[in-house]
This record gives sequence, structure tokens and C-alpha cells, in this order.
Amino acid sequence: ADIISTVEFNYSGELLATGDKGGRVVIFQREQESKNRPHSRGEYNVYSTFQSHEPEFDYLKSLEIEEKINKIRWLPQQNAAHSLLSTNDKTIKLWKISQRDKRAEGYNLKDEDGRLRDPFRVTSLRVPVLLPMDLMVEASPRRIFANAHTYHINSISVNSDHETYLSADDLRVNLWHLEITDRSFNIVDIKPANMEELTEVITAAECHPHQCNVFVYSSSKGTIRLCDMRAAALCDRQSKFFEEPEDPSSRSFFSEIISSISDVKFSHSGRYMMTRDYLSVKVWDLNMENRPVETYQVHEYLRSKLCSLYENDCIFDKFECCWNGSDSAIMTGSYNNFFRMFDRNTRRDITLEASRENSKPRAILKARKVSTGGKRKKDEISVDSLDFNKKILHTAWHPKENVIAVAATNNLYIFQDKIN
Amino acid sequence: MRKRGSRPIIMPVHRRRKGREKSNMYSKGTKRKFFDGVDNKAVAASYSLQRQSLLDMSLLKLQLCHMLAEPNLCRSVLIANTVRQIQEEMTHDGSWQVVTEALGGSGHGPSDSLVDTEVLCQSPEQQDGGPKLYSVMGYDGCREEEVVTDKALCSVVVGDRAPALLLGTIGHCWDRGELRVEDGVSKDSGTGDEEETRSGEGAKMATGQVFGMFEIKNGAPGSDPALEELFSDVDASYYDLDTMLTGMQSAPKMGPYDFLDSLASSHGPVSNSSCRADLNELDHIMEIIVGS
Repeated sequence: ADIISTVEFNYSGELLATGDKGGRVVIFQREQESKNRPHSRGEYNVYSTFQSHEPEFDYLKSLEIEEKINKIRWLPQQNAAHSLLSTNDKTIKLWKISQRDKRAEGYNLKDEDGRLRDPFRVTSLRVPVLLPMDLMVEASPRRIFANAHTYHINSISVNSDHETYLSADDLRVNLWHLEITDRSFNIVDIKPANMEELTEVITAAECHPHQCNVFVYSSSKGTIRLCDMRAAALCDRQSKFFEEPEDPSSRSFFSEIISSISDVKFSHSGRYMMTRDYLSVKVWDLNMENRPVETYQVHEYLRSKLCSLYENDCIFDKFECCWNGSDSAIMTGSYNNFFRMFDRNTRRDITLEASRENSKPRAILKARKVSTGGKRKKDEISVDSLDFNKKILHTAWHPKENVIAVAATNNLYIFQDKIN
Repeated sequence: MRKRGSRPIIMPVHRRRKGREKSNMYSKGTKRKFFDGVDNKAVAASYSLQRQSLLDMSLLKLQLCHMLAEPNLCRSVLIANTVRQIQEEMTHDGSWQVVTEALGGSGHGPSDSLVDTEVLCQSPEQQDGGPKLYSVMGYDGCREEEVVTDKALCSVVVGDRAPALLLGTIGHCWDRGELRVEDGVSKDSGTGDEEETRSGEGAKMATGQVFGMFEIKNGAPGSDPALEELFSDVDASYYDLDTMLTGMQSAPKMGPYDFLDSLASSHGPVSNSSCRADLNELDHIMEIIVGS
């Protein structure tokens, strides 16, 4: 199994898609709750697996293009089939996943094995009948949106108009129409005329959940820009600029690196947005630009280890974050297969571990704690014992229920609320 | 197809030092404006040491990231900004000037720390006396040495200012023939007056060349400066993927052959006569050759 690189629930929560480093997409489907076992909630089982992207070679630059799936975003369901967008560094593909569980039998002009029948042999007409068959799920690429990004694509986001979507790379944001593959509009371009003057890159972008003219993009300098597409064709001048003033007492050479935003997500309500930087998660009110309304420390105990984390490159890890369906809680990952959840109302937080060794299936997860002081209590783990290879970068929350999906390197964990 | 396996990540173990919590102090990065007293000097020295170590580490990272198949632009930008920050601070509290002065006289100490990165770039036969261990910065007893990093690229005189050495080091490592390192490196010992401004420029050039790489990488692979000179009048923008893409986005229907066709058709009535003349001449030549 390959390293999972993205996790995403669809709009209903019935399907869960994962993309991995090998370019594969695996879709899980929730079992319908059966009447036989009313207390067992639907489990997620593999529904479809397909190879979305293959490794490519860019001959012009003499560089490999990785097949790793950077992001998957589901499209709203319009018919019986499901559609999603999956992207690697350079190319976005629209996949249609459809299932068949019936087939027609009794054609007049064809035999059962498909061979054409001799017309003279046909002596009577019959109506074909639909017979059940084994469920067959097939995924087919319906659109390929290629050649629009010079730099690595880091985000895709489907617009609320369900017709367009945006894709962002390190320096540009493009707007696409889902039906048109041979061109896109460039709506943000922060590439300097002289590349030597480059000091800031785009790290994430997202469309507003309700206003189809609004989107945001975050930068490596810890700023978020909100743009209105009605203002101009090229949204280089932002409508709103979100930045928290730096705390001069905690300034260090690593300040900029740890302020770099790795993920930005609008709340479902569309009133707030959440950003993840290296050590914290911040919730912003879209009406207030000068500072976030809430700040949650994810792993503040790492602040004194920044030099080592810079040395081993962990400081560049890009953690994602997500909201629950009601926007009352947020979740993000950390190291040692830990992930953190914060309740915005009660201000309580919890650290949990996604690991097979430390929890049995169906057992309630035990809260974990990292000891920061000198004395380590029982069951606590010290900072130096944390495994920095085991990082949880990708998490997803079911849009309606308390079901979460956590990707721990090459394992996917799905946790559900305890049923009373 | 190269599969990149996951690298084992090592958390360096810090030896516990009684008294001073070094990593804490370092990560806080409190700026020191003024030294007074012996204690402060010791503290300042260790801060400078760590700052230098961070600078070296950052430069090393920049060099290494160039060797990867597809460098991560975000990471490179962040590291380059860190380098710039360090160099700015070093310029501000005068350590940069101290470094350049020391090198100007007989630089050996600071070049020791820079040798770490330099050594990585040189081929074994070019190394002078083998890799030197990282040592505490001592600005006395330095000597000049001329370092030839690559005869095709540049010759860097260590007696020169430190940023130039940095440039030479960096430039050698990631230049696949595309970057003009000669521009930033000065071959003469230079004027002491311009040192500070040049060091700033040098740093800018050093970090700038990281992204120059991203831009010009589209150019003909494996070219060397000699060839570059030869084809200097060739319009490099054709190879710029950017230009091509912009062109593609605005006029999706035009392929390379369409372009030629449109050129040909636009010339139609004007050059018909000249074309015909050419064709006639060609026919004539063919007749002679064929002997009909």
C-alpha cells in the first residue's frame, strides 16, 4: 500500500476517496445500515479502485512529473454516477464513477456472447429483460485539464456554481469550466518579472462555499487574500487581506517558516475560515482582517525544537485541517500518529492516536498527552520520544455525522462516534 | 521511473548542557545589539556560532534541493528567505563586515565554515587538503587561497568577499550550464568601499539564482557557457514554457504548424514573385545536376 496523500468525503458522506503517492484513487462506500444489525453503523468498504495518474516525463524541462495525487475534490452529484476531480502536480482529471448491477438479456440482433445473429435466423421478436448481475463499478476519465500550470498544483476547489472550479499552483491560480479542457482563465498571478525577487508563494486556495465570486488563497508568509472575481479579470489586488501581526517576543529565524500557511478551509457556513500553520490552527472571521478570532495550539512543545525540525526538514511538513459538519469542531494532525480535535464552543481539546498497536478495533480511543515539563507522568509521552516519521497530514470529517477519516502514512483509519 | 522511498527522519539528539539551554536561546533568536562584559561576549559568540551553523545548513539545503528531480518551490523560497534574513542580520551587527575584512586580509577562519558546503561541490581531486571539520569562527591566521570550482564556470578567489565565495559555491553546485555565475562573482580583489553593498547584492544573487534556476531550466539542457555565447542571439523565450503556455491560453487553436502557415499565407501576394524566382532558380540548378 502506498502513502496516502489526500482524503475527502463526498457531499453526502456516503463515499470516501483517498489518493496515494502511486497515483491511485481508492473509493470507500458506506454500507447501508441493515435492519438485522440496527446498532452497527455503516462501515466503509472498498467501492472502487483506479489508477488516476501515471508518472510522466516533461521532455522540455527534463524532469519527472510525479504521479502522486495531491488533491481530490468531489463534484456535487447530478445523476446516478459520481464524479470527482483528482490532480497531481500538473494535470487535473475529472473521473466519473458509475456502477452497474443489472444487465439486459435477450437481444434480438445479438447472441448472449455478443455475436451478431444472422438476420435470417431471427424468427420472432422478444423484449430484452433486465437481470441482476454482480455489482460492477467502473471509473472513466471524462475530462483531462492539462498544460495550464508551470508550477506544482497544490489546490483545487469546486465552485458553488457547480460549473467552474479553481486550481492553484505556487504562483498562479486558474479558473476552469468543468466542460472546457483546452483553456482556463488565469485569475491570480504573483510571479515577479524577475524570479530573483521571489519571496512568497501561494500555498493553498479555496472557493467560498456559497458565493461563487469569492475565493481565498494563502501564502508562505502567513497571509490570506480574499478576492472577488467581479472586481477584475485578474485578481492580483485582493479585496481583503488577512494577517496577524507578528509577536516580537517570539521572533526567530524560523518565524517566517512556521507562519507559512499549509491549508485554508472555509467553514460550512461561509462566515469563517480556518488556516493551519506549522504550530497552530487559526479561525478567522471573514469580516475581520487584522487578527484571527480563535487560535489553537496544536503542538506548541515543538517550538523549542524548531532548529532540529529545520534540520530534518519536518518544519516544511504541510498539515491539513478540517471542520466538522456543524462548524463546532475542528481537527488537524500532528506527529507520532497523533491528531488533535478542538471544540470551539467548550474550548476543550483532545489528542488521539491513530495506531493499530495502541487501540483495538471498536475500542474507545484513549486521550494522549505529550509531556512538556521535566517530569513525565505515566502514560504521557515525552517530546523526544515522538516519532517524526509518523505524521498525520490528511484528515477528513464526514459532512453530517461524527465520522472521521485519518490518513497515517499508508494506513487509513476511520473513527466513529460511540453509539450509546 | 524513480520511486522515492521515505527517508528515515532523524531527530538529532541534543546533549544536555547544564546551565544554558542552547536550543531554546537559539530558537528565540533574540537580537543582540551591544556587547558589554565578558559573559555577554561568550553568549554572543555562541549565538553567532549557531547563526553561522544555520546559514551553512540553509545553503546546503538549497544546494541539495537543486539536485532533486523537481525542487519544491515553496521550500526553496522559505530557505532562501531564511538565508537572506541571516545575512541581513549579520550585515547589521557588523559580523558580515568582519568576515569580509578577515577574508580581505587573509581569510581562512570563516572560509572554514564555508568549506563544508564547498567541499561537497568539489570533485575529490580539487579538494585542498581534504574536508575540514567545522570549527569555531576564528578570524586570525587566515590565508588566501584561490579556489577553482569549475574551470568552465568561474574561478573564485577566496581572498575576495565572502558572498562571492558563497556564490561560487552555490553556483557550481546547481548550475547545469544554465546560470551565469560569472556575473555575480568578481575576479579581482575589489574595492573595500563597496563591500557592504556588494555583500547584500551577493546574497541577493545567491538566493536569486535559486529561482533563476526555476525559470531558465527550460533552456537547452546540458549547455555550457561556450555554447551559450554561440547561441546568445537565439531567442530563448521560445524555450520558456511560460511564454508557450500564455500563447496557448490566449490562442488555443494555433499550433506550431499553424503559425508557419499563417506566416506563409500572410506573405502571399507580396513575395510571390520572389518565391517564384527562387523556385525557378532551384529548377535551374536541378536541371544542371540532373543534366537533362
